Amino acid sequence: MTANRLAESLLALSQQEELADLPKDYLLSESEDEGDNDGERKHQKLLEAISSLDGKNRRKLAERSEASLKVSEFNVSSEGSGEKLVLADLLEPVKTSSSLATVKKQLSRVKSKKTVELPLNKEEIERIHREVAFNKTAQVLSKWDPVVLKNRQAEQLVFPLEKEEPAIAPIEHVLSGWKARTPLEQEIFNLLHKNKQPVTDPLLTPVEKASLRAMSLEEAKMRRAELQRARALQSYYEAKARREKKIKSKKYHKVVKKGKAKKALKEFEQLRKVNPAAALEELEKIEKARMMERMSLKHQNSGKWAKSKAIMAKYDLEARQAMQEQLSKNKELTQKLQVASESEEEEGGTEDVEELLVPDVVNEVQMNADGPNPWMLRSCTSDTKEAATQEDPEQLPELEAHGVSESEGEERPVAEEEILLREFEERRSLRKRSELSQDAEPAGSQETKDSGSQEVLSELRVLSQKLKENHQSRKQKASSEGTIPQVQREEPAPEEEEPLLLQRPERVQTLEELEELGKEECFQNKELPRPVLEGQQSERTPNNRPDAPKEKKKKEQMIDLQNLLTTQSPSVKSLAVPTIEELLSLVSSQEDEEERNHRQMIKEAFAGDDVIRDFLKEKREAVEASKPKDVDLTLPGWGEWGGVGLKPSAKKRRRFLIKAPEGPPRKDKNLPNVIINEKRNIHAAAHQVRVLPYPFTHHWQFERTIQTPIGSTWNTQRAFQKLTTPKVVTKPGHIINPIKAEDVGYRSSSRSDLSVIQRNPKRITTRHKKQLKKCSVD
Amino acid sequence: MKVKMLSRNPDNYVRETKLDLQRVPRNYDPALHPFEVPREYIRALNATKLERVFAKPFLASLDGHRDGVNCLAKHPEKLATVLSGACDGEVRIWNLTQRNCIRTIQAHEGFVRGICTRFCGTSFFTVGDDKTVKQWKMDGPGYGDEEEPLHTILGKTVYTGIDHHWKEAVFATCGQQVDIWDEQRTNPICSMTWGFDSISSVKFNPIETFLLGSCASDRNIVLYDMRQATPLKKVILDMRTNTICWNPMEAFIFTAANEDYNLYTFDMRALDTPVMVHMDHVSAVLDVDYSPTGKEFVSASFDKSIRIFPVDKSRSREVYHTKRMQHVICVKWTSDSKYIMCGSDEMNIRLWKANASEKLGLTSREKAAKDYNQKLKEKFQHYPHIKRIARHRHLPKSIYSQIQEQRIMKEARRRKEVNRIKHSKPGSVPLVSEKKKHVVAVVK
Repeated sequence: MTANRLAESLLALSQQEELADLPKDYLLSESEDEGDNDGERKHQKLLEAISSLDGKNRRKLAERSEASLKVSEFNVSSEGSGEKLVLADLLEPVKTSSSLATVKKQLSRVKSKKTVELPLNKEEIERIHREVAFNKTAQVLSKWDPVVLKNRQAEQLVFPLEKEEPAIAPIEHVLSGWKARTPLEQEIFNLLHKNKQPVTDPLLTPVEKASLRAMSLEEAKMRRAELQRARALQSYYEAKARREKKIKSKKYHKVVKKGKAKKALKEFEQLRKVNPAAALEELEKIEKARMMERMSLKHQNSGKWAKSKAIMAKYDLEARQAMQEQLSKNKELTQKLQVASESEEEEGGTEDVEELLVPDVVNEVQMNADGPNPWMLRSCTSDTKEAATQEDPEQLPELEAHGVSESEGEERPVAEEEILLREFEERRSLRKRSELSQDAEPAGSQETKDSGSQEVLSELRVLSQKLKENHQSRKQKASSEGTIPQVQREEPAPEEEEPLLLQRPERVQTLEELEELGKEECFQNKELPRPVLEGQQSERTPNNRPDAPKEKKKKEQMIDLQNLLTTQSPSVKSLAVPTIEELLSLVSSQEDEEERNHRQMIKEAFAGDDVIRDFLKEKREAVEASKPKDVDLTLPGWGEWGGVGLKPSAKKRRRFLIKAPEGPPRKDKNLPNVIINEKRNIHAAAHQVRVLPYPFTHHWQFERTIQTPIGSTWNTQRAFQKLTTPKVVTKPGHIINPIKAEDVGYRSSSRSDLSVIQRNPKRITTRHKKQLKKCSVD
Repeated sequence: MKVKMLSRNPDNYVRETKLDLQRVPRNYDPALHPFEVPREYIRALNATKLERVFAKPFLASLDGHRDGVNCLAKHPEKLATVLSGACDGEVRIWNLTQRNCIRTIQAHEGFVRGICTRFCGTSFFTVGDDKTVKQWKMDGPGYGDEEEPLHTILGKTVYTGIDHHWKEAVFATCGQQVDIWDEQRTNPICSMTWGFDSISSVKFNPIETFLLGSCASDRNIVLYDMRQATPLKKVILDMRTNTICWNPMEAFIFTAANEDYNLYTFDMRALDTPVMVHMDHVSAVLDVDYSPTGKEFVSASFDKSIRIFPVDKSRSREVYHTKRMQHVICVKWTSDSKYIMCGSDEMNIRLWKANASEKLGLTSREKAAKDYNQKLKEKFQHYPHIKRIARHRHLPKSIYSQIQEQRIMKEARRRKEVNRIKHSKPGSVPLVSEKKKHVVAVVK
C-alpha cells in the first residue's frame, strides 16, 4: 500500500515537471489525466456544456488545486486532503537496510528538535529594549526619593550643600609621628608600657579588649539601660523618702504610721493563713518587742522629756497629746498577745491584733482633740453618758459598770495627770473585762454575729445621721458628740469590730459622706434589716429614735425628687397627648391607631427638645447681647468712705451711670424666624481672611498660627532666632553645585559613564558602523 | 550691722561696645501684650509695602553684541564670567563685576546655536549653523596670536544644540539625532534617534549624569540613557517644547518650556501627568533655567518678559520686563542663586536680581530684620490687604491686555466644557484635569 503510494507520488512529481512547461492547457491535462475518475470528469464536462447552452458563455475555468497540491515542488503531500504525511511512513522502506543507519539517526534527531520562533521585528525589539532600560533607570532614580522628600520638608536648607570638613586628624596618626624626647615624656611612656596601656592604634587595654569581646553591643546596651533604670528608680525613691521625711505635719506621720500598721496587720493575716509557722515567728517578735518595752519603761512617761511634758501639759494641748501618744504606744507595746483557741481564731485573734494596733485611747483622744475643749468635753460626755444610761436601762451590764466607773472617776477632783493615767488604767481594765466576757460567752457573740454586718452598717448609718445633725446645730454638738463615744463604748460588748470602724470623727464623716452619696441605693437595703434592728436598737437607745422621723423626711424627699423627675420626664408630657388623641382614635380606624402609636413614640422620643422655643430663646439672647450696655463709672470709695461691704450711694451711682443710647432697630425685628447678625464690620472685613488658606484644615489652626507672635518684642532672642530662620540660606559668592550622591551619603557609581559606553560595544558598534556607512555613502 | 545694698550685675546692662544696642529688660508675659497680633499685622503690612517700594531688580545691561543674543552659558567655576553667543556667529565673554566684555570671538558663520562650558572651566564648545562643533580655550590667545578653536568638528547636518557632561569629557549635540561625543574623537561614540524630526535642544541630567533629555519639533520630549545607548521614553505634548531644564537638586524632575505659553514640570518616572503646569506667560516660552537651589526656576518668553516660578506653584511669583527688552531668547540663573541673566533679541544681556527687593551686603542686624520681615510676610500672606499689595506688579500694556484677553478665552473654554458636560449623558464626557489636558501621549 505504502509502496504504491510512493510510486504515485513520484509519478505526480514527474507530471508536475511537465505541467510547469504547459500550464493551463486544458486538453492536454485532460488527456493525460485519464484515470479512475475519468467518468466523473466527463460528467462535469457534460454539465458545463449544458450550462453554456443558454447563450451566454458562462464557461468557468476548471480548478486544478488538487493537482497542484500533489505536484508541488516543495510540498510532498499525501493522497487526499485529510491525510497527513508522516515521517515514519517515508522511513518504513528504509528500515530494512542497515547501511542507512546514520541517516536514520539524523532523521530521528531532526524529529526531536523544535522549530525556532521567528525573530521579532526591529521596532518591537527596540521597544522592549527601551522599556527595560527605562525600568532600570527609574529604579536607579528612586534612590533619590528619600533625599528629595527630606529636602522638600526641611525646615532650613543651607547652600552650598557640601561642607568643608575641618581637618582633624585622629590621635593615632598624630601619635605615630611623634617620639618621647624629654625625660618626663619618656618616664610617662615607660609607665604606660609597664601598665600595658596601648600607646598607638586601637587605644584599648587588653582588659578593655577582653571586656569588649565578652559582651556584645546589644547586651551592653541592654545592661546599661537596666542599670540606668535602676539608678533612676533609686534616686526617685530616695527623693521621695527625703521629701516624706521632711514633712512636718504630725497628722500626716500619724496617718502614715497607721497605714503601715494596717498593712502589717494585713500581711500578718495573710501570713497566718498561708504560713502559720512564719506567723508564729512574727508573733514572737511582737512579744519580744513587748518584753523589751516592759523592761525598758521607755514610754511610761517617766523620762526626762515626759516629765517636762507633764508639766507643760497643763497649758499646752500638744504636749498633752504627745504624752497620751506615749502612753498609748506603751500600752500597745506592752499588751499581752492572746493565743486564741482554734474555734475563735477568726474573731478573737484578729480583734486582738486590731486592738493592739489601734487602742481605744488613741481614738478617744484624737476625737476629743477635734472638739473645742477636750477637758470640758470629757465632762460633757460623761453627763450625756449618764443620761444615756438612765435612758436605756437595758444596757449591757458591763457597759453600765463602765459608765459608772468612769463617771465616778471623773467626779473625783484630781490632777489632770492623774486623770490621764487613770483613764489609761480604766481602759486597760475595761479591755480585760471585755475580753473576759468574750471568753465567757462566745455563744452570745456568735448570736450577734448572725445579724452581722447588716446590723453594723445600719447602726453606723444611724450614727452618722446623728453626726450630721450635730454639724447642723452647734449647740447640740456637745451632746451629740457625747453620744458617739457612748455608742462606741456600747459597741465593744456586742461587736468588737465596731470601734475599729468608728475610730475617729473623720472616719465617721467620711462614712457619712459615703452614705450620703449612696443613700438611694442604701435605702432599700436599710429597709430590710430594719425590723431586726428596731428590735434591738429602739429598746437600747432612744437616742436613735429621732433618726426615724429624719429618715422619713429623707424618704419624702426622695419621693419628691422622683416626682420632680417624672414631671420633668417627657413620658408624662406624652401622657397628656394620648388623652386628646383618644378622642380622635375613636373616630379613626385601628390602622390609624398603629400609625399614631408610631408617631407617639417619635413624639415621646423627641418631646424633650422644643426647637421653636430654643430658637426663640437663642434670638432673645442674641438681641440682648447686641444691645448697647450702660456704662457705670462710679468709683467706690471716691469722695466717701470706702471699704468692704460699703456700697456707693444710689445718688452717686445714678450720677455716674452713662446710659447707652438706643441703637437703631434691629433688622430682624419683624422677622420672627430669622436672626440677622449685625456684628459684621465692613471696615474690619478688609483686613480679615475670608477663606481658610490652603494648608490649614481647621480655622483654629490658622488662628493659632496668627496668635503666636514671632517678633523679638514678644519672644526671647533665642526663640526669635528660631522662629525667623529662613527656609533657604545661600551664601553670596559661593557656587552652588548640583546635589551629588556623596553629599547625601550615597555611594556614587565608580564606573564612569564613558567607560560604560565603551564597555558596552555591541549595540554601539553596530550603530557606529551604520553611521560610518552612511557617512561613506554621503 | 550689716547693711544691705542694692546690687546689680553689670553684665546685665553694660554694652560690650558702644555699637551694641542698649539692653532693654523685657517682660515677655503674654498677658502684658494684648496687641501682639495687630502690631505684627501692621509690621507685616509695612514690610510688604517696603518690599514693593524697594523692588528694583534690574542691575545692568551688557551691550556689545551686534545681533540678537541666542545662547548663554555660565562659567562653572567663576561666578563673574558669562559667555554668550549671538545670531551673527559672534561669541562674547563677559565679566559681570566689571560689566564689560573681556573677549570677542567670531566663532561661526550664521547663528551660534548652542554654547556650553566644560565642567572644569578650561574650555567651551559652540555649535553653529555652519554644521561645525568648535572647542575653544577659555583663556584668550597670547598677544598677537590668532583666535583659533582648539578643535573643530565638521558634521553632516546642522547642530541645533549642545550640552556638556557634568563630570566627564563627553558632550552631546542635537540636530537630526542626539550624538554623544568623546572630546578626543571626531566621530560621535553613540547616536540615538527616535523619530525623524529635528531636535532643538539636549540637556544632561546634572545628578544622574548618564541621563539626557531632548525636545524635538514634533512636539515630543525624549529621554535617553547614555550608558545603555538607548532612548527611554517619549512624551508628546500639545505643542512643541523649546527647551527643558533638569532640577539640580531633584534627579528626576525637569521642566519643559512649551510653545503653548506654559511650562510643565515632569517627574521623569511618570510622564503621563506633569507634576505641575506653570502658566502666566502670554506667549511662547523660549527658555527655562533652574535656580541652583532647585526651589525656583526662571523662564524667558517671546512676550518680552521673564518670570520666576516656584517649583511647586503654578503661578509665577515675579515678572521682570523693561521697555527696551524685546523677545527674550535665553535666560540663566547664576550659580550663587542671586542673579538672573537674560539675552534678548535687541542684542543686550540683562542682569537682574533674583529677589527683586533684596538688599545686597547686609549686616547681621539687617539680616535678622530681613528674616523677621520675611517671616511676617509669610505669616500674614493670606490677609487680603497684604495679598493685594504683594501681588501687585506693573506690566506693559501689551502683556496686560493679553492677559485679560486670555482670561476671557480661558473662561469661555471652561464654560463650554462645563456646558458640554452638563448637557450630555452623565459620564460620557469625562472631566479632564488641567494637568492631563496637555499631554497627548506617552510612548514607550
